[in-house]
Amino acid sequence: MTTRIDACFAELAKQGRSAFVTFLMAGDPDPATSLSIIKALPKAGADIIEIGMPFTDPMADGPSIQAAGLRALKAGMTLKKTLEMVRGFRKDDNATPLVLMGYYNPIYIYGVDKFLADAKAAGVDGLIIVDLPPEEDTELCIPAMKAGLNFIRLATPTTDDKRLPAVLANTSGFVYYVSIAGITGGAAADSNVVGEAVARIKRHTKLPVCVGFGIRTPDAARAIAQKANGAVVGTALVDALHASLDGEGRATPKTVGAVADLASALAQGVKGAKQAAE
Amino acid sequence: MNPNLPNSFRTGPDERGHFGIFGGRFVAETLMPLILDLEKAYADAKADPAFQAEMNGYLKNYVGRPSPLYFAERLTEHLGGAKIYFKREELNHTGSHKVNNVLGQIMVARRMGKKRIIAETGAGQHGVATATLCARFGLDCVVYMGAVDVERQQPNVIRMEMLGARVVPVQSGSRTLKDAMNDALRDWVTNVHDTFYCIGTVAGPHPYPMMVRDFQSVIGDETRTQMQEIEGRLPDSLIACIGGGSNAMGLFHPFLDDPSIEIFGVEAAGHGLTQLHAASIAGGRPGVLHGNRTYLLMDEDGQIQDAHSISAGLDYPGIGPEHSWLHETGRVTYLSATDEEALEAFQLLSRLEGIIPALEPAHAIAKVLELAPKRPKDHLMVVNLSGRGDKDVPQVGDILKGRKK
Ligand SMILES: Cc1ncc(COP(=O)(O)O)c(C=O)c1O
Repeated sequence: MTTRIDACFAELAKQGRSAFVTFLMAGDPDPATSLSIIKALPKAGADIIEIGMPFTDPMADGPSIQAAGLRALKAGMTLKKTLEMVRGFRKDDNATPLVLMGYYNPIYIYGVDKFLADAKAAGVDGLIIVDLPPEEDTELCIPAMKAGLNFIRLATPTTDDKRLPAVLANTSGFVYYVSIAGITGGAAADSNVVGEAVARIKRHTKLPVCVGFGIRTPDAARAIAQKANGAVVGTALVDALHASLDGEGRATPKTVGAVADLASALAQGVKGAKQAAE
Repeated sequence: MNPNLPNSFRTGPDERGHFGIFGGRFVAETLMPLILDLEKAYADAKADPAFQAEMNGYLKNYVGRPSPLYFAERLTEHLGGAKIYFKREELNHTGSHKVNNVLGQIMVARRMGKKRIIAETGAGQHGVATATLCARFGLDCVVYMGAVDVERQQPNVIRMEMLGARVVPVQSGSRTLKDAMNDALRDWVTNVHDTFYCIGTVAGPHPYPMMVRDFQSVIGDETRTQMQEIEGRLPDSLIACIGGGSNAMGLFHPFLDDPSIEIFGVEAAGHGLTQLHAASIAGGRPGVLHGNRTYLLMDEDGQIQDAHSISAGLDYPGIGPEHSWLHETGRVTYLSATDEEALEAFQLLSRLEGIIPALEPAHAIAKVLELAPKRPKDHLMVVNLSGRGDKDVPQVGDILKGRKK
């Protein structure tokens, strides 16, 4: 099976460059603005779009993404509406890969089989579920593979060579390397250290490796894109969105542009980098 | 009762950390290697007689065990039914059952070479116990506590600081225990290389629910021996309050395979089960949070709801996974008591027995007031008096003063 994610990386390889991957929270600051933002991202240079599924208790996220989730929930966002948003995006864009990222409980409550069928039908390509390690693969990972969705696993600095094969076993689409042991929005990792980690993962898999956590600027994105098959930016975009809101946390005429402008600048950084060495 | 009853209720969890469908290891990849290390370190310690001997030494001479099993004569007379015994966990060093578990975990942390300990706390009792043992063994200690709880449990905040711990008030979410646990997990993800997370109840990813239960089972083990000595037989019923469920699990576990013994857990019904409360079994359903699958309070979209209880130690939207399983198998009956019922029990116990209980076990006492009169005079009932009320004196004092006006 070839998914939009596989096709995207094949195309990028042809062009000889790495992917620019964006993360924003679904429904932040409200469902309509959020849809406008993700619609603007491919034009701004995003190759792959990650969409956060809001959750009340995001244990591995920092204050920015946690606040984004709470803004979305306050604006009435739900998992069902997140899938509606994906359908809205797919009306005009059938190529850009969409990955949902979040925590397991809302999916478990929605019902795993129903969720996978609805997500696939809506146009979702992959899932990143932070609190489902390989030890819990039977919950969602294996059913997702059967349903034709990529299950993208996180590898971290604590994932040593002994454990990597278990982490990679049922992973598809790409591997998401979390460059620091920490929460989102934390310190930036040294790109040389990241380069070594990516090389280590590549000794165990042929999958593309994208790197996230701590990348905030076009320069940092370029440095990572030189070492990996993709650079993921989340907190910086969420912060730009937040800075554009009014005193009550509502969208303003500047909101969509503020996110798109930063995404463009970051995309320039990534596109200025040579492709990661294979 | 469930038709697929196991031969024993005491063999869980399975090797993947499951009690039926409950339990498991739902955590970020960053933590998994450490959790697997901990599982191994705990298994080693458990099998090591030197570890057990050292622990028993501290339990006896530092914690002050065994805690007495006390016949509450005046309460028994007052209720006119079952013979009521208190397992006096409030007499332990630091004032609650929490110290049993913390001692065990700190000794495991020492075996693993960890120098920095983090903990979450609601009422502050787990935080105080952790700060105490960190002081005793010269370890760095950081305690996460919801900002609301920092306000209502001031005496314990002061104690923790005196013991050299850093108390971090948590401002996110409902600013209570659930949020303190989120922030402790965030700290752990960030500092995995040198930090040991000392969880305060029978919840979290495997092996925590099992490990904490094992450390707390000293409560039930002693109760068995003591009841045999005093009455020449086993008790007829057991009852304990439930936040995450560690004091209850500790009392219950050694008795789970004695079918004639009735067992009751008491959740916090707050303002009432149709309003704000913290009764996960009575008002929740199975979901996944904080590393395990268990009964949780949540909305129809799987978002976690805020819990409410007058008692900071019960104010948690979940319950340990083994309790969820004991509920579904029907082995344990889960009841609930409101804020108001707990307050009344708090005052009654203080006046009748000269024991000011913590607000947490006051919830268990509240149900004793209902259950004991319906039992015969030769019925032996054991209540876990999980902690003393010193920490609650300012809060309850304010409430009662407010009512007199
Ligand atoms: C005295 C006392 N009892 C009970 C509890 C609730 O915890 P658990 O249900 O784990 O025993 C607490 C928690 O702070 C407590 O301080």
